[in-house]
Amino acid sequence: MSMLRQRKPKPQLEEHEEEEEEEEEEKKKKKVRPTEDPPLKKRWSCVDSCCWFIGLICSIWWFLLFLYNAMPASFPQYVTEAITGPLPDPPGVKLQKEGLKAKHPVVFVPGIVTGGLELWEGHHCADGLFRKRLWGGSFGDLYKRPLCWVEHLSLDNETGLDPPGIRVRPVTGLVAADYFAPGYFVWAVLIANLARIGYEEKTMYMASYDWRISFQNTEVRDQTLSRIKSNIELMVATNGGKKVVVIPHSMGVLYFLHFMKWVESPAPMGGGGGSDWCAKHIKAVMNIGGPFLGVPKAVTGLFSAEAKDVAVARALTPGFLDKDFFRLQTLLHVMRMTRTWDATMSMIPKGGDVIWGGLDWSPEEGYDCAPKKQKSNDTMITDSNGANGRQSQAEIVNYGRILSFGKDVAEAESSKIERTDFRGAVKGNNFANGTCQDVWTEYQDMGIGGIKAVADYKVYTAGSILDLLHFIAPKMMKRGDAHFSYGIAENLDDPEYQHYKYWSNPLETRLPHAPEMEIYSMYGVGIPTERAYVYKLSPTTDCNIPFQIDTSADGDDDSCLQGGVFLVNGDETVPVLSAGYMCAKGWRGKPGRGTQSGAHVDIMGNFALIEDIIRVAAGATGEDLGGDRVCSDIFKWSEKIKLRL
Amino acid sequence: MASSILRFRKLCYVEPVNCFSDSKIKDPVGPIEKALPELRKQRKQRRGWRCWDMCCWTIGYMCTTWWLLLLLYHSVPLTLPGLQVPESPGLKLKNRGLSALHPVVLVPGIVTGGLELWEGRPCAEGLFRKRLWGGSFTEIFKRPLCWLEHLSLDNETGLDPPGIRVRAVPGLVAADYFAPGYFVWAVLIENLAKIGYEGKNLYMTAYDWRISFQNTEVRDQALSRLKSRIELMFVTNGYKKVVVVPHSMGSLYFLHFLKWVEAPPPMGGGGGLGWCAKHIKTVMNIGPAFLGVPRAVSNIFSAEARDIVFARAMASGFLNSDMFGLQTLERVLRVSRTWDSVISLLPKGGETVWGNLDWSPEENFACDPARKRLLQASSQANHSHPITNSSDGKLRFGVEDPIRFGRVISFGKDSSQLQSSQLKLNDFKELLRNRGNPKQSSCNGEVWTEYEDMSKESIQAIAENKAYTVESYLDLLRFAAPKMMKRAEAHFSHGIAENLDDPKYSHYKYWSNPLETKLPDAPDMEIHCLYGVGIPTERSYVYKLSTPSNKCKRIPFRIDDSANGNDGECLKNGVYFVDGDESVPVISTGYMCAKGWRGKTRFNPSGSPTRIREYQHKAPANLLEGRGFESGAHVDILGNVAMIEDIMRVAAGEELGGDRIYSDILSMSEQVNIRL
Repeated sequence: MSMLRQRKPKPQLEEHEEEEEEEEEEKKKKKVRPTEDPPLKKRWSCVDSCCWFIGLICSIWWFLLFLYNAMPASFPQYVTEAITGPLPDPPGVKLQKEGLKAKHPVVFVPGIVTGGLELWEGHHCADGLFRKRLWGGSFGDLYKRPLCWVEHLSLDNETGLDPPGIRVRPVTGLVAADYFAPGYFVWAVLIANLARIGYEEKTMYMASYDWRISFQNTEVRDQTLSRIKSNIELMVATNGGKKVVVIPHSMGVLYFLHFMKWVESPAPMGGGGGSDWCAKHIKAVMNIGGPFLGVPKAVTGLFSAEAKDVAVARALTPGFLDKDFFRLQTLLHVMRMTRTWDATMSMIPKGGDVIWGGLDWSPEEGYDCAPKKQKSNDTMITDSNGANGRQSQAEIVNYGRILSFGKDVAEAESSKIERTDFRGAVKGNNFANGTCQDVWTEYQDMGIGGIKAVADYKVYTAGSILDLLHFIAPKMMKRGDAHFSYGIAENLDDPEYQHYKYWSNPLETRLPHAPEMEIYSMYGVGIPTERAYVYKLSPTTDCNIPFQIDTSADGDDDSCLQGGVFLVNGDETVPVLSAGYMCAKGWRGKPGRGTQSGAHVDIMGNFALIEDIIRVAAGATGEDLGGDRVCSDIFKWSEKIKLRL
Repeated sequence: MASSILRFRKLCYVEPVNCFSDSKIKDPVGPIEKALPELRKQRKQRRGWRCWDMCCWTIGYMCTTWWLLLLLYHSVPLTLPGLQVPESPGLKLKNRGLSALHPVVLVPGIVTGGLELWEGRPCAEGLFRKRLWGGSFTEIFKRPLCWLEHLSLDNETGLDPPGIRVRAVPGLVAADYFAPGYFVWAVLIENLAKIGYEGKNLYMTAYDWRISFQNTEVRDQALSRLKSRIELMFVTNGYKKVVVVPHSMGSLYFLHFLKWVEAPPPMGGGGGLGWCAKHIKTVMNIGPAFLGVPRAVSNIFSAEARDIVFARAMASGFLNSDMFGLQTLERVLRVSRTWDSVISLLPKGGETVWGNLDWSPEENFACDPARKRLLQASSQANHSHPITNSSDGKLRFGVEDPIRFGRVISFGKDSSQLQSSQLKLNDFKELLRNRGNPKQSSCNGEVWTEYEDMSKESIQAIAENKAYTVESYLDLLRFAAPKMMKRAEAHFSHGIAENLDDPKYSHYKYWSNPLETKLPDAPDMEIHCLYGVGIPTERSYVYKLSTPSNKCKRIPFRIDDSANGNDGECLKNGVYFVDGDESVPVISTGYMCAKGWRGKTRFNPSGSPTRIREYQHKAPANLLEGRGFESGAHVDILGNVAMIEDIMRVAAGEELGGDRIYSDILSMSEQVNIRL
């Protein structure tokens, strides 16, 4: 304090006073030192105790931090081993001991939401965030400036590309998707294990792309597909002509399907690689949890922003999104943002009623949601009882009805449901015009009449869902229709199927002519996965999304209905049907492989899966892996789908 | 502090009645809160103001103040009123309507690129894919020996030691910041982004800067990657040629690339003749070390002149003084001698470029700017008026006795100034024969540096030779570090070609020496040299034998930092300075652009145009400016506003004006007598 005062220029008179003051202070200090002095007690005020307390906490914190840093790196592992016994060798170490070595270059294709996005140009509110991650990493700016964040991650609603003045681009390199958030790995474990047998940057390539925009637009805007092509060619050339092993995950599976068609198509629309590019450059495609035929989750995501992707939900505490905290209209903002992302539309269920089931039928209808209980029933009670129970359950679940309004509708027989067609319904615009200007979703253009018409149709199957989406979000679907298609091809030789919008739909494209290229389908099973939903109209309709999942709709203990969602076997995000059908039946002749149970993203740390991948990368073929390993009923279900192959 | 907590709890135990009974009656809502201050009072009465409390109080006080200041700092607007930030060149050019046109390739120099661990020894557990080089360098302090072990290369092959794989970090993150807050390319990248550059048209070449240039291709296929990426960017950006921006050693690396890419396959990239003409618009070398750096001389000789970045990142005092007997310098020498790339920076062109015992191209240089002006005036006066007055005569005396920069290393201040006829010189052939018996060395155990193989006599003999020019220095290295030079001479060459058509010059070891290669046949490819001037730069050294020369594992030579010249002289702490950018003297950065490649010469047969842009160094006016907007220093120049503007204008397709020269590079170049 006295130092500061001395610095200031001041008249001499005051200086005397100052000096006197200083003297006084010094006297006080002298008084302070002898500890038993009476004036001291008065000086020990609230501020002092605060300081004391903070100091204490700081010191303890530093001390602990010091201890933590001084701790040897292997200590946590040592402790876990002491508790649980010795851990099995990670697959990389195990296979290294077997003598496996890096052979084929590896390409990773991350899925939706797991790839990082960084800012290259932004509005004023995003100053100082240049080349910082907006998506992935710590999400620090989501909390600091949420609206700004949403604005920068949204795309243009007309074009599906950058809004003016904003450029958000994918992070490149392995860092793009090794960890989604600190401590939440995506590819990191696989990378670490591959590195054990000799892989490094030159033989591993993360094909990161902007997962928000449609697949063809990644090429138009960023030339991402060209980059992937050039990198694969380079890796094949620099690794002595060894073909690459591609490992797409989640939506990356569709993206890579698109790539394989793109690369062989002629130049203006495609990559011009020639018709044998894939045969020359790709050894195997090892799809992990691929939603080949779409995900029911995508529908609700677009419909009411409710079914969130696993990764998002985990990273951002789900409570924050679900509830309308502080009237921030979080859900509306999220919905507005995600509806500008074309890529989500690539995951709308494909193949319509033929694949996903009609009003009264679905391929999974025999599925039993409580296998453990069933087993105990079987052993305790007589055979006839068990059979009865199974029959009754099979009757109840109509998975084909992906959206139904009300629980009774979901369970009633189809002949008893009264439906009025929504397609011709008039949209009013009398609905909450004044209050909701700032947050824009296409629901506000619909009016009460339109919303009622939607609810009156009662039940939607995979086929009619497309009509529904066209009705509620015409602009979005206009964009979507230009880039994606959801049907089943009648005649694949029809020249219309050369358009890029069919390339990511496995039911409307041929695989490239590459007889030696192996396709693996690896997915987790054994986790209840969303398959169909029970909806209701939201009670307050002024500014909200007018539809909500009816979380009160619960079935009995054994039933598949939980919180308004019908569950089926899958990997928590993708039902087995979607992940496995193409390999089990659609492309039969290619190895398929359901692995041990594993959630959609967590499966990337599954040892068995990593071991399979490493073996293939080191040169093994499908037969060497021991053929199919299937834990689910995918073959049985596939048989029920009547599709001309 | 822990004890005080215990005491507090104890108090509650012993006197539960005092603690709670009173307060409960008074205030049933918060008995404990009420009890706290009372308790504290009691304790105070007993023990008073104690040391622990004092400590806690101080720490708490400091923490709170710190947080307050931090809060204030964050709430203060970015532009302080006192600080005049020049308009960022990116915004300026954007407003002028410029936008991204040519793809840009950045080639970082030595030490600025990050390195990460891919496979290591047990001591480096948990560091997988963590940065060993660049970033926060925390591992140096946590496990220094382990860190050094992983950064060393194999002494025989110059490649990875068994069981260790350290690789270059890819992507822009490789060299945007060297350490947190210490930018390298970040400013340039940010400005380029303003006019529309992004990942698809901006690429950072990642190569392991420790190994020799050809080995980056052999081990990592780095050159192939660069080639493929340039081709890709050329195609995907509408067939626009790329602008390449190499920095420091990156210039040599890219020179190597230019030759490699057109050479036929087993040794080269097989791009065919005309590849460069087709794909490259401009090479904008920033602070290029084309003819080498004297700093590399002392670095290899005694690990003393460290690269600027290196020195800044690790406090230089830490390196210089032998703290805790760690022998830091010795370890550093040992590690850096395994890095082949350092040898690419040794001065090239021998005595013709760098001067001999009595002559050097810079000899007219005066370190004191005031004196320099006088000198120039007097020399002009000399020319016009042969008869001069007495004061001029004094000055002329100074001119007649120039500093002998050509003596790169001299033992003792005297021998750096004496006439060559008075110098005592030994014959090297003899020295080479007398290298001595390795077994004679008194040190047991591991051999660290090759100095240990040398007998005391031969070290003495080295010191007795008194003065070394660049050429004799190379002989000296062949003598003092035969293994390193054997590795190095397979990858680099430091001479001047007599006949460039000689088929031996198609070997890759000549590719990074501009005096032994032809530029590719690309008449439209421009070559720019952009560098800072106006900073004293190391040019030659005064050495001494280190005092306890018999001690084990010691570097036997030291820069004699007691050797200082008079005020106006260029000698400071044993180092002679010339004009340059703090790391690279002007002769090295500028000669090739000023003369060697100017017009159609034998080094530049197709006549690719060259251009020189010098940037006069201006030190930052105050602390707030950080490393300055007009700096000319070797690395800080990457934040120089004028230079960034020049690069962006070229990248956006504009024409730069002609040369801009502040230094004496043209007259110096005239003095270098190379057949062109």
